[in-house]
Amino acid sequence: MRAADYRTPLIGVDSVEHQSKLMRLWETEPGLKGFLTTVDHKQIGIRYIVTAFILLAVGGIEALVMRLQLAGPNLSLLTPEQYDELFSTHGMTMIFLYASPVLSGFSNYLWPLLLGSRDMAFPRVNALSYWIYLASAIFLYAGFLTGHGPNDGWFNYVPYANHDYNPGLNEDFYSLGMVLLGISVTAGAANFIVTAMRTRAPGMSINKVPILIWGTLTANAANLVVVPAVSLAFFLLWMDRQFGTHFYDSHAGGQPLLWQHLFWIFGHPWVYAIVLPAMGMVSDGLPVFCRRPLVGYSVVALSTVATMILGFGVWVHHMFATGLPGLGLSFFSGASIVIVIPSAVAVFAWLATIWLGRPVITTAFLYFSSMILLFVIGGVSGFMTASVPVDWQLTDTYFVVAHIHYVLIGINLFPVLGGAYFWFPKMTGRFLDERLGRWNFWTTFIGFNLAFLPMHLTGLLGMPRRVYTYADGMGWDTLNLITTVGSFVLAIGILLFFINVFRSLRSGVPAGANPWDAPTLEWAVSSPPPPYNFAVIPTVASRHPLWEGRLGEDGIVSSVDRGMLLDEGKETIGTTALDADPDMILEMPEDSFAPLLLAIGASLVFVGLLLKSWTLAGVACAIALIALVLWLWPRRDLREREPAHG
Amino acid sequence: MAEVVLSQPADIPVGPVGRHGLGYWGVGALVATEASLFAYLLFSYFYTGATAPAGWLLEPHPVLKLALPNTILLLLSSGAAWFGENGVLTRRRARALLGFGAAFVMGTAFAIVQTYEWHAKPFQIGASSYSSLYFVTTGFHMAHVVVGIIVLAALFVWTALDYFSPRRRLSVSAGVLYWHFVDVVWLFVFATYYISPYLGFGR
Amino acid sequence: MHLAPLTYLSAAGTRAGITLPLTWFTLAIAILVCVIIAIILWMGVKRAQSRGGAAETRSAALLRGASGLNWIGVGLLISAVPLLITLVWTMVALARVGTPPQHPAFTIDVTGRQWWWDVRYDATDPEKTFATANEIHIPVGQPVLVRLHGGDVIHSFWVPKLSGKTDTIPGQVNVTWLEASRPGRFVGQCTEYCGWQHAHMAFEVVAEPPADFERWRAAQLQPAPEPTTPDQKRGMAWVEYRCGSCHRVAGTTAGATAAPDLTHLMSRHKIAAGTLVNTPGTLAGWIQLPQQVKPGALMPNQYLTGQQLSDTLAYLETLK
Repeated sequence: MRAADYRTPLIGVDSVEHQSKLMRLWETEPGLKGFLTTVDHKQIGIRYIVTAFILLAVGGIEALVMRLQLAGPNLSLLTPEQYDELFSTHGMTMIFLYASPVLSGFSNYLWPLLLGSRDMAFPRVNALSYWIYLASAIFLYAGFLTGHGPNDGWFNYVPYANHDYNPGLNEDFYSLGMVLLGISVTAGAANFIVTAMRTRAPGMSINKVPILIWGTLTANAANLVVVPAVSLAFFLLWMDRQFGTHFYDSHAGGQPLLWQHLFWIFGHPWVYAIVLPAMGMVSDGLPVFCRRPLVGYSVVALSTVATMILGFGVWVHHMFATGLPGLGLSFFSGASIVIVIPSAVAVFAWLATIWLGRPVITTAFLYFSSMILLFVIGGVSGFMTASVPVDWQLTDTYFVVAHIHYVLIGINLFPVLGGAYFWFPKMTGRFLDERLGRWNFWTTFIGFNLAFLPMHLTGLLGMPRRVYTYADGMGWDTLNLITTVGSFVLAIGILLFFINVFRSLRSGVPAGANPWDAPTLEWAVSSPPPPYNFAVIPTVASRHPLWEGRLGEDGIVSSVDRGMLLDEGKETIGTTALDADPDMILEMPEDSFAPLLLAIGASLVFVGLLLKSWTLAGVACAIALIALVLWLWPRRDLREREPAHG
Repeated sequence: MAEVVLSQPADIPVGPVGRHGLGYWGVGALVATEASLFAYLLFSYFYTGATAPAGWLLEPHPVLKLALPNTILLLLSSGAAWFGENGVLTRRRARALLGFGAAFVMGTAFAIVQTYEWHAKPFQIGASSYSSLYFVTTGFHMAHVVVGIIVLAALFVWTALDYFSPRRRLSVSAGVLYWHFVDVVWLFVFATYYISPYLGFGR
Repeated sequence: MHLAPLTYLSAAGTRAGITLPLTWFTLAIAILVCVIIAIILWMGVKRAQSRGGAAETRSAALLRGASGLNWIGVGLLISAVPLLITLVWTMVALARVGTPPQHPAFTIDVTGRQWWWDVRYDATDPEKTFATANEIHIPVGQPVLVRLHGGDVIHSFWVPKLSGKTDTIPGQVNVTWLEASRPGRFVGQCTEYCGWQHAHMAFEVVAEPPADFERWRAAQLQPAPEPTTPDQKRGMAWVEYRCGSCHRVAGTTAGATAAPDLTHLMSRHKIAAGTLVNTPGTLAGWIQLPQQVKPGALMPNQYLTGQQLSDTLAYLETLK
């Protein structure tokens, strides 16, 4: 009986009959239709990860070409124009199209599994944010491939980005593409927030969620409020370029620094948004290999949030050289120094976890633990730039380039690769090869440090960033050559990872449901998990439901095998925000073309704007609006309205 | 022996009840991000104005003749939307239709008056940073008004189709929340562009 | 450090001098922290192996272990010490390097342009005003106020041996100052990305004893000498006709200010914003094919005939 408005969920255990019932409800159709319509968070998550890794490879190749140009003084492999588009596209790719989406991918895949739920809060929105991410990546790369890539660095300062100095379509592609990407990020952020607050398994109160949830939740809460700043900045730039407005034009009362404020109000929290979830991966993964719970769960969770709150107040440290008054400088300098403290909490928690545990050395462990050191290196170089007088010397030299790469590769890529080794068995049912894994890790680690550790010195010797070439006699030749060699070693390391993935997909050692003997709920289901994730909804009593009773503690135990069946429809449980008491049965939407259509409509709007084809933009806008109204049309099967009368 | 905890809720709602459902949280998130967008727009206004040379305002005393009544009209439409929601809550369909219909009409009237206001301005969008900010900020708001009008129209149609009851009405509460947001944001835009010059900002 | 002209690990001026110890201090702290953490990490992992650690997680027993909160507490306490010192030191140093001198010897106006530096001395006093480009002379031991203007896009003014970076931003005037503690030639460089030739936007600050500086200033105040030989005369006509639409040579009809002032071109050590050492050969090459040296620069290739070029050079070489 599906008509009831209230129900008492049946309690039971898993059975073959129950499984087939759930399977019918949750399984995505095979073939193209299923591919285009699926709203399964696991499929969407993997798409995010695969797309992001492809873009990582592309951005990496761009970097290698640049490193060839910089291998020695006065080389002319690239013209300045080519170099400028390459370094800008490299930054755009790594920061916007790889670093954040790859984390969204892991979180998308893992969240419902970690939370003991059957899908994200808004599965169709989830599909929509992936499609729009894909569309914006295609849009931005369409510009690059037609010779209109961004050419003003990833932070794209005006007036150089404005029409007077930059008349090509380069910056229009970049501006519109970034606004489009912003839609994807915002939709994803809303989804993550509601998922974390409302769909946790019963009993999983907010102080029992894995740290990855804290990291991604914090990142996305920030995204929700800071992404509009950058979308607005890019939109105003596009208006200035194409419609003669004067937001950034000092000749008509505009403010070039408005761009920098809007960009960095977004940009600094964004840097935390692309590392906090990765730090969460380490906080959850490292303890598994140390055979004990994470040291200081509560302080680590709190420090995650504290980092972001402080992170809102440090954007001006990117603008120390813009001639701001001294008082403002002191405030932002102080805040930037203080923000070291919450980061230090995580470092000491991880170190203590290693020391007070019994580490088992695996490739994943190597990635997670080496990340601690890289995090510290990236952290202390950041701490140096927080001191205003020092920053006036350091900023815009290769020291800062080294810093940002320690942050992004050290705190994003290393945890992600560790996470890949850790969760690959869950996603595919097979281990990544450990032997190849060691080769992969050590090549990556050595290559990375060879490339970027000497780069600090290159910066201290005064090499400015974003130069397409440099003269000899500046003292930078040897260091640059070392960096170039290192970058190729790093690239080989990444290549070994890809080889490992392809090999292991076919011939990896089969992994069971919980190959690492890990504590959290994603390891309670088979590898790979069934479309419905959990046959019965678990009830959670602690932070490590699968380790209960083995840590010498007494008390209540989670119920993983027995719980609500919820097989009368495509259903999962909704719980209260803090205590996770069950308070409603959620009716989940089935697979649908609507997200894809809406994404196509929205993307065509941006194509129309780029081409200044108002007809195309108007028609696409109408299509998107109609798709949206139909999407939101209240449906009885989702219990959004009363049964039709008559 | 440890005790196994098992959640066995009894008689819980299936799907959203009242405003209690994920969709309402979703619209809440949407409102948060849109509110941020307007905060940045207004920041841009105040930042640019504060750093610009004297005489930045093209209209030192913005004409309130249309803008003030229009603001009141928009606030009244919020009241009408609330009235409509109340109609759904109390199972009075006529009241609901009246409320949503009136809100729709007032919202549309606001948009028309605002369009006229744009044409009546003595400057165009490209005149200066001030005019650019004015037109783009009010333009962003106008886009939200248009979306809000479509939402109100949808609520009207859905109410006419008798979709809602006090229990199943998440779309109503979410849509009306959005419309309230559009109206409240206008108060900030109005205070910034029409009132703050009288307090001396930007002259 | 002769080997790395742009390094800021040595200083030759007041501002850079105040900053340098703080740079070294934070750098030392940074390296120390990295080394300590690396050791703790390495020992933590080694410890596991020496105790016969398991090869895989499934065969390793779980342990509850100590809460470990004291690690975090002690770690934070220790970290707080250098943080606090840095914070206080930063504020003190900022107060000293952030406040412009009350009584500068004189003021110069520097405008960042794609891709060169326009320099004007003492704009307030017409008697003492002159323009130059890409080379700034200052007297040793005297603070010189520098007002920074944005000519087109944003650039950043940086002389690492003397002073940290300050941006040149259109629509606002930023202030920095230079005070050299010893004579020397100090390289400066644009450090805010500004387009194709951002890489070739250097300049030099020449700090010299006050007497030498005054001699230089007196010479710069002079207009260009009259040409004497026929080829110089032909060259001057050519410069006025061809170069004068962008450049200025004081005392001639070449009076545009869109490009570097050439009145005392030959007194300058380098041309093309620090790109080439100024010799007749490099100058000839630059005049003919600037697009090969600095692709995208606003100066077009000239393609002069041999005669025109040698006349032009003959005249330019008189601009000492």
